[in-house]
Amino acid sequence: METIIESLPMLWEGLKMTLYIFAIAIVLGFLIGLVMALLRLAPFKILNWIAKIFIDAIRGTPFIVQLFFIYFGLNSFSWVSLDNVWAGIVTVAINAGAYFAEIIRAGIQSIDKGQTEAARSLGLNQSQNMRYIILPQAFRRMLPTITNQAIISLKDTSLLSIIGVADLTQRGRVIVSATFEPFTIYLALGVMYFVIIYLLSLLSSYLERRFVLR
Amino acid sequence: MSMIQVKNLKKSFGDLEVIKDISTAVEPSEVVCVIGPSGSGKSTFLRCLNRLEDISGGHVYIDGADITNPKNNINEIRQKVGMVFQHFNLFPHMTVLENLTLAPVKLGKLKPDAAEKKALGLLDKVGLGAKAKAYPGELSGGQKQRVAIARSLAMDPKVMLFDEPTSALDPEMVGDVLGVMKDLAKEGMTMIVVTHEMGFAAEVADRVLFIDGGYIVEENVPNELFGNPQHERTKAFLSKVL
Repeated sequence: METIIESLPMLWEGLKMTLYIFAIAIVLGFLIGLVMALLRLAPFKILNWIAKIFIDAIRGTPFIVQLFFIYFGLNSFSWVSLDNVWAGIVTVAINAGAYFAEIIRAGIQSIDKGQTEAARSLGLNQSQNMRYIILPQAFRRMLPTITNQAIISLKDTSLLSIIGVADLTQRGRVIVSATFEPFTIYLALGVMYFVIIYLLSLLSSYLERRFVLR
Repeated sequence: MSMIQVKNLKKSFGDLEVIKDISTAVEPSEVVCVIGPSGSGKSTFLRCLNRLEDISGGHVYIDGADITNPKNNINEIRQKVGMVFQHFNLFPHMTVLENLTLAPVKLGKLKPDAAEKKALGLLDKVGLGAKAKAYPGELSGGQKQRVAIARSLAMDPKVMLFDEPTSALDPEMVGDVLGVMKDLAKEGMTMIVVTHEMGFAAEVADRVLFIDGGYIVEENVPNELFGNPQHERTKAFLSKVL
């Protein structure tokens, strides 16, 4: 018990780093996903292919390999300099982006064609149709799957400890190596991750209720 | 000048030729009903008039502008052409009022407060002033279709296209929707109505087109077309539906 109380300030620093990485990566990842979904649905074959190659490449390779590729692989070029935190953010963002792309594409395609026809017949152009009619409806439908991916990405951030990012997991490992109390410390880590993820899912169900399709 | 002019319109889906060769013109304030068996191409014909379907051949002029010419901005032309669908296609994430104000405001036609005022007036006109704050999901089919008509009218169109507007309605709802359409016709709106409501066509139309097999087989004033059809196919169709 004493160990936990003594390590709380350090764990708190780690938690802040985890949340910082997660917040930036999830927003970036969502934007990547949105762009890729739109490319995937664009009326040009070449754009469809670019998005498809990106999505397949990311989904078909392990997260750790992507992380090493970006942190060690890209950094071996002299014109690239990514510190471990930003390498981590970029990896989580790109990884989430590929999954978001498929979620968003499916969400857009699930909206009835009649919605687009009504919007276009009023004189809205395709981007106004997307912005005001299709995406708002699609996002409501996607919310549970988006939350699911966000939770997975949050848990993925713990893998960044491998490249020395001082996130919650890394702080825990450091404390364990100093105190030799893996049981209590890793239990405490687990509880902290659980609480954040639980809060995330509460937020999601609140949004779902709030934006329920009438 | 004709409000709509159609010259040698053709439309194919892959190898399937749905509209083979249609030419006609619709004058301002004219009400034209389009009838024909299912699969005859009548809905496709209507959907070509605002280019919801890409046109395979021929020309369609709306108020003088050729919509098959890529130099003409189709979005601007569509603002003049209202369309009402069989399945209403209201925007379910918006209130009835927002359904009506979205296009005029986003397309810069009206300021938000002016659009709202106009929308409320249109809702009163279709008998749904009390439903402004409701969501489409809370309305009956007949109410949804009247909202859809009001939504099109909010853009001040010069022409209204109706694609089987009462086909998806319970029978007791049909009258209200047809009533709104009759009022519109009386006010001088140019209308093209694809319909199975022969009574409506007989009463309201200035001219009826019978489309079958991708052609206009016969067109005439309703009394003549219904009372004295000339073509065998028209006779056969009418004997089944009248």
